[in-house]
Amino acid sequence: MSALHPDELTARRLAGDEPPADRARKFDPVTKDGTIIDDPSVRAPLVLGDRSIGDVTRIICGYVEQKPGSWWLPAFGVVSHVAALAGIMILYLAITGVGVWGLNNQVDWAWDITNFVFWIGIGHAGTLISAILCLLKQKWRTSINRAAEAMTIFAVICAATYPGIHVGRMWMAWMMFPIPNANAIWPNFRSPLLWDLFAVSTYGTVSLLFWYMGMIPDFATLRDRAVLRLMKNPDGGPRVLPFLAVRVDTLRAYIYGALSVGWRFSSRHWQHYEKAYLILAGISTPLVLSVHSIVSFDFATSVLPGWHATIFPPYFVAGAIFGGFAMVLLLMIPARELYPNMKDLITVRHLENMAKIILVTGSMVGFAYAMEFFIAWYSGSKYEADVFVYNRLMPPFFAGEDGKYAPYWWAYWSMIFCNVISPQVFWFKAFRTSAFWIFVVSFLVTIGMWFERFVIIVTSLHQAFVPGEWGMFFPTPVDILTFTGTVGIFVTLFMLFLRFLPAFAMSEIKNCLPSASPHHHGDGNGHDHGHDHGHKPAPAGGGHH
Amino acid sequence: MARARTKIYKTSAGEVVYGMMAEFATPADTFHAAEKMRDAGYTRWDVYAPFAIHGIDEAMGLKTSRVPLLCGILGLSGAGLGYLFQWWVSHQAYPMVVQGKPYGAWQPFMPIIFEFGVIFTSFTALLSMMAFNRLPMWHHPLLKKERFLRTSDDRFVICVESADSKFDPDGTRKLLEKCGGYNVDLVED
Repeated sequence: MSALHPDELTARRLAGDEPPADRARKFDPVTKDGTIIDDPSVRAPLVLGDRSIGDVTRIICGYVEQKPGSWWLPAFGVVSHVAALAGIMILYLAITGVGVWGLNNQVDWAWDITNFVFWIGIGHAGTLISAILCLLKQKWRTSINRAAEAMTIFAVICAATYPGIHVGRMWMAWMMFPIPNANAIWPNFRSPLLWDLFAVSTYGTVSLLFWYMGMIPDFATLRDRAVLRLMKNPDGGPRVLPFLAVRVDTLRAYIYGALSVGWRFSSRHWQHYEKAYLILAGISTPLVLSVHSIVSFDFATSVLPGWHATIFPPYFVAGAIFGGFAMVLLLMIPARELYPNMKDLITVRHLENMAKIILVTGSMVGFAYAMEFFIAWYSGSKYEADVFVYNRLMPPFFAGEDGKYAPYWWAYWSMIFCNVISPQVFWFKAFRTSAFWIFVVSFLVTIGMWFERFVIIVTSLHQAFVPGEWGMFFPTPVDILTFTGTVGIFVTLFMLFLRFLPAFAMSEIKNCLPSASPHHHGDGNGHDHGHDHGHKPAPAGGGHH
Repeated sequence: MARARTKIYKTSAGEVVYGMMAEFATPADTFHAAEKMRDAGYTRWDVYAPFAIHGIDEAMGLKTSRVPLLCGILGLSGAGLGYLFQWWVSHQAYPMVVQGKPYGAWQPFMPIIFEFGVIFTSFTALLSMMAFNRLPMWHHPLLKKERFLRTSDDRFVICVESADSKFDPDGTRKLLEKCGGYNVDLVED
């Protein structure tokens, strides 16, 4: 005879017989949802609503297992059609040629590379959250890291499209890779473009490994839940299709089962897993800093005024993190409104922390803009100074007697407004704790970061050294629709992710709950005792015979 | 660690016994039970928990993982391979004058040497984690046990394998219950 469970109520809760009560919380204007605490000695809760470990499983698996709201299918229909636009536009480009884009002999890199740098930059927030915040033991990362990593991979997919299609004869794009070919030609390893190819493909691969490895335990949870439902009721549950005698849960058990590689939550496994995870975080940290540095080398190693700057690597990295965090917020703020209980996982404190990072990185970017001007002046190079004044800065209404002004002044000033001025509202607590204002600023920052790349690429190119190199760039509808299409691809993939994959790192969130601590003895206060290891073992429950 | 099975146990229904599992109420109980199991001298046993309980490897008396060592060795080898590959392409297979620089100068190879190191380290981390854990293993006696499958939700389980030299149907059960385990049950192979 085995002993009974010591605590009847806990047993019922654990067995799922006692559904968690609806814990309506009052919304305090100062502490918001209770997570904005100024006292540093008080640890703000990471998961709200006094959730048990089982609640976390139920909430997160519910996003995958239950039908999404009625908004999902129409929204998915729209974004997947937008995604298809990219396919159509790329096909049109392939059968017609790069002449369908607005770039020309003067501005020979335009929206293609702008969009490439834009998308690859977006990805950086995901790796920053999953790697750098992991090393810094920022536990609040656990509720946003999975979605941010997913976003990274989808952004890299969108980014990787552009170098492939902008080479003109895209069926020759494989020549970018160092593989033996009939002409016995090998690529030039001294070229930053080749470094870039390696950086981006490494980044995509490592992000995918990191993402997948994090999901292994959560796949196992989804697998086990499906298997348990099938054990209880082998012939129940919805079918895949009405006429097909295959249960959805059977399909889940096989697919999530295969992806979980037979994970069985063994602590011997967890030990190796945690080490491997830490190493991936450790190696991703220099990787994320290197990727955008190498992207910036594409420009910085050239001799073009406006590109040839040593500040580019850190400036690009800061900008990438800045734009990436804005995109995480753009995706997660609507998601936490649309999905039930998501506000308990992504609390106001999470939003505030991300708003602070936006403020910091936005100010770094602002500093870099200023420093570029300083160096242009300090270098004494007329070409360098003219790029900043007459290619970027000077609006027509301030033009001097010679009437010279920067034709793309509106792009430059949009960038300054969106990237430097708009995040400054986050100095005020009311703004950085308001989901609405964070969303507005994130939207502006996303636009601003796109303009930043446009400013760097197009305005530097459109008036280079000699007047023969002068020309304007205007996007064609194909340019615009291809970019719109990649936005569609990005959102489509993200919606599929929220629908079919564990959108939160369940096992990590559980580990951050107060009840998960090996020193928590369920005294009801939920606080940590702070015992050290090896203290005298407390009587375990005391309910056994 | 003796891998060979010293004795084969069977359930009353005649099934071969894989081991004996017990549930524990909280991570704290599991942690302290693990310390007792370790001190009792068991070797082929494991703690199953929905997350990595903080410090459980010490409580179980596990040796340090060798994943980092392998990652270090293979990561550095990968970086070396990255250098050799670039040197071979630029110096041996297809020497090309670029900006008048020496064919085999290492400086411009650094970014790709770094990327090679990163990619080797990352694959080693994932694959060595799986190799040490003997994954993929889609079939396991515990995964057939309904009560065990709840570990992935919020249960804590300790399972002692019958292959452990100290395994004894009565003694192990008594110890598991003494540690605070409940629902002690045999697991069929």
